[in-house]
Amino acid sequence: MIAFFIKRLFQAIIVMFVISLISFSIQDNLGDPLREMVGQSVSEAERQALRDEMGLNDPFLIQYGRFLGNVLQGDLGTSYFFKEPALEVILKKMPATLELVFGATIIIVLFSVPLGVYSAIKPFSWFSRVVMGVSIVGISVPVFLTAIGLIYLFAIELGWMPSYGRGDTVDMFWGWDSGLFTLDGLHHLILPSFTLASIMLPLFIRLIRSEMMEVLQSEYVKFAWAKGLHSRRIYFLHALKNTMLPVITVGGVQIGTMVAYTILTETVFQWPGMGFLFLEAVNRVDTPLIVAYLIVVGAVFVVTNTIVDLIYGLVNPTVKLAGK
Amino acid sequence: MKKTVSLFAGAVLSLGLMTGAQAATLKMAYDADPVSLDPHEQLSGGTLQLSHMTFDPLVRWDRKLGFEARLAEKWERVDPLTMRFHLRKGVKFHSGNDFTAKDVAFTFERLRESPDFKGVFAPFSGIKVVDDYTIELKTAEPFPLVLNNVTYLFPMDSKFYSGKDENGEDKAKLIKHGNSFASRNMSGTGPFTVSYREQGVRVEFERNSGYWDTKSPGNVDKIVLTPIKEAPTRVAALLSGDVDFIAPVPPTDHERIQGNKKVDLVTMGGTRIITFQMNQNRVEAFKDARVRQAVAYAINQQGIVKKIMKGFATPAAQMSPWGYLGHNAALKPRFDLAKAKQLMKEAGYEKGFSITMMAPNNRYVNDEKIAQAAAAMLAKINIKVDLKTMPKAQYWGEFDARAADMMMIGWHADTEDSNNFFEFLTACPDAEKGLGQYNSGNYCNPKADALMVQANTETSPKKRAALMQEIEQILYDDAAFIPLHWQNLAWAAAKNVEIEPVLNVMDFPYLGDLVIKK
Repeated sequence: MIAFFIKRLFQAIIVMFVISLISFSIQDNLGDPLREMVGQSVSEAERQALRDEMGLNDPFLIQYGRFLGNVLQGDLGTSYFFKEPALEVILKKMPATLELVFGATIIIVLFSVPLGVYSAIKPFSWFSRVVMGVSIVGISVPVFLTAIGLIYLFAIELGWMPSYGRGDTVDMFWGWDSGLFTLDGLHHLILPSFTLASIMLPLFIRLIRSEMMEVLQSEYVKFAWAKGLHSRRIYFLHALKNTMLPVITVGGVQIGTMVAYTILTETVFQWPGMGFLFLEAVNRVDTPLIVAYLIVVGAVFVVTNTIVDLIYGLVNPTVKLAGK
Repeated sequence: MKKTVSLFAGAVLSLGLMTGAQAATLKMAYDADPVSLDPHEQLSGGTLQLSHMTFDPLVRWDRKLGFEARLAEKWERVDPLTMRFHLRKGVKFHSGNDFTAKDVAFTFERLRESPDFKGVFAPFSGIKVVDDYTIELKTAEPFPLVLNNVTYLFPMDSKFYSGKDENGEDKAKLIKHGNSFASRNMSGTGPFTVSYREQGVRVEFERNSGYWDTKSPGNVDKIVLTPIKEAPTRVAALLSGDVDFIAPVPPTDHERIQGNKKVDLVTMGGTRIITFQMNQNRVEAFKDARVRQAVAYAINQQGIVKKIMKGFATPAAQMSPWGYLGHNAALKPRFDLAKAKQLMKEAGYEKGFSITMMAPNNRYVNDEKIAQAAAAMLAKINIKVDLKTMPKAQYWGEFDARAADMMMIGWHADTEDSNNFFEFLTACPDAEKGLGQYNSGNYCNPKADALMVQANTETSPKKRAALMQEIEQILYDDAAFIPLHWQNLAWAAAKNVEIEPVLNVMDFPYLGDLVIKK
């Protein structure tokens, strides 16, 4: 176990280093941050003076070296727009994103397991066919369109849901602004969560269905039938357990992907999270913030993958972590 | 990002009770929120909108592009180089400090240090404090735009911005990309104070109970400004009643808003001109005036406005919009394909040639589609266009490098004066004098430049108008560039919000005067 951790830590450091190098080297292609900071009629000489002052005219290696030196001291740079440490800005926006991902995950779990299992057990029933049909549509419709459609229907036409934002939040611990504990906050969470879930839900329904169907064909399930066990016990205890193994692996990876998908959802709903922050940073050529975001999201991927491996080891003891 | 902005050093006594209707809250959504609370950090629409809410200028524009007295009660020209301003008495800053000539001098000096604003204040040679309520602005040469430029002078509380902040930095310090005292705190004289600010999420304003302008009909005592980046979401927020005032409104949603009984749409001809420039250094053919004219005849401004802008723009044949001194009413869009082909033939380019074209795709309304349409129109006179569009963040670098043969540029005159267009877009490029900074076409006509210099020191509006209209005529005849249209402006609000009287072409709604009906 410890050997596994050390190995993982080492890998993580290399991954983070590569991410920082790549994101730092693309920043020159993102545009000129000065353009976003000054008015249109400011002269070129004036802009160059500001660039010098900010050290943007130094050679790449010097800039990168300076950046790395600061990173080792926990400083990922200062956002041009927010005028605060980039890491702090991102961490403040993280609760909003995590709560959105949490909401979407709950929806996915609540819907995908029963629907996937049902359509595996009764693949030819009309309901299964509807579920499969809808999930095809769900995968194909862009998330942007889903969001606009939901807003149009539930916020404008029916007036049941708020159209944007996060609603009331309460201060939890460590500056965690939570919307999960106010009615208004939960109300605001519904549409964005469904939108975000709409990308992954079809995938999981289909995954659970096909895994389950495969498991139902296996020898031990046939044996269970022959033994005369109750169908409920066979489906939900013996078969479902083995179905969930690959689902957990995919799920872990997909949570990381979902953090990335929040960019679109958050933008449409003006959800004040990290994804929206990133898109804005790109528009504003806020390079320190962009680099910091990529590093943080890289770290999220590394951490979730590590956790998935650990959980996998617990669920399936045949996988020996140390031996990997 | 929680920042409770402490604005009140002492309690402000409210002497003038608010007249008119009851107090009300305005929930508004813009596409962005102010970059900083420092009014001198960036010269942008957002900063000026904020300045008009929390500060007052010496004079401000009215709806007919005339001047309205604010912190300056009256003014007179003492001699050709000096303008004297008499300041309003009894005005207090949000901090409780009295407003005097010292504050104007402090602000003036600070503006001249600001990278963004120093250009606007460059024509002034200095300021003289005559007494507590009188100042004189001096210029090196006779300067006709003194009033235009002092619309940018929003006096700041000199006492409030003096001394050191908790980091030991000077409170008045202007930092472009840093966390300065002035970027987090403010004290002005304006109708509102900032009571809460979470950048990128929400700004809340409270009415300044001691506001000097007791004649203002405004009854809004609280404003919540939320930035909503996506236009469809912004429109949805208005239609669902979550907010009651939005801007800008995209042309595609106008019909939907007009068709809704609960909201009003207000549109206005804007002053931002969209143009194409033809680079004479890169393309030999563009040196020939006939070829440039052919391009001008080939572009159908009316068609672009009708088909792409859905009527939400005014076709242009010059840069100066209506209401500017330099607006030459005789100039009309000249789409004529036969004439264009004939001119190409005369110039010896009947078979045409190939050029490259660049345009941004997220800077101006429908910029990418306009460029595509222009490329298709030029194909009809055998000019083959290789078009490349990109986000504005990348575009400006390409523009500075003059990276294509035809480039799109939109311009709004900071001074609301025609000469600003000429100085930046069509004057002979001269880095030392700062002229032609955005003249990617390298068009150069000494005669037009001479008229421009003359207009700069001409203080008689009538003579200036004649000079600048003549420049527009020369640019038109020379086909110095291709004007397309002036973008219109649009705002939408709930029916009970009487937005129309406080709107203007500069797009600084004077929200202090806004009335919300009950």
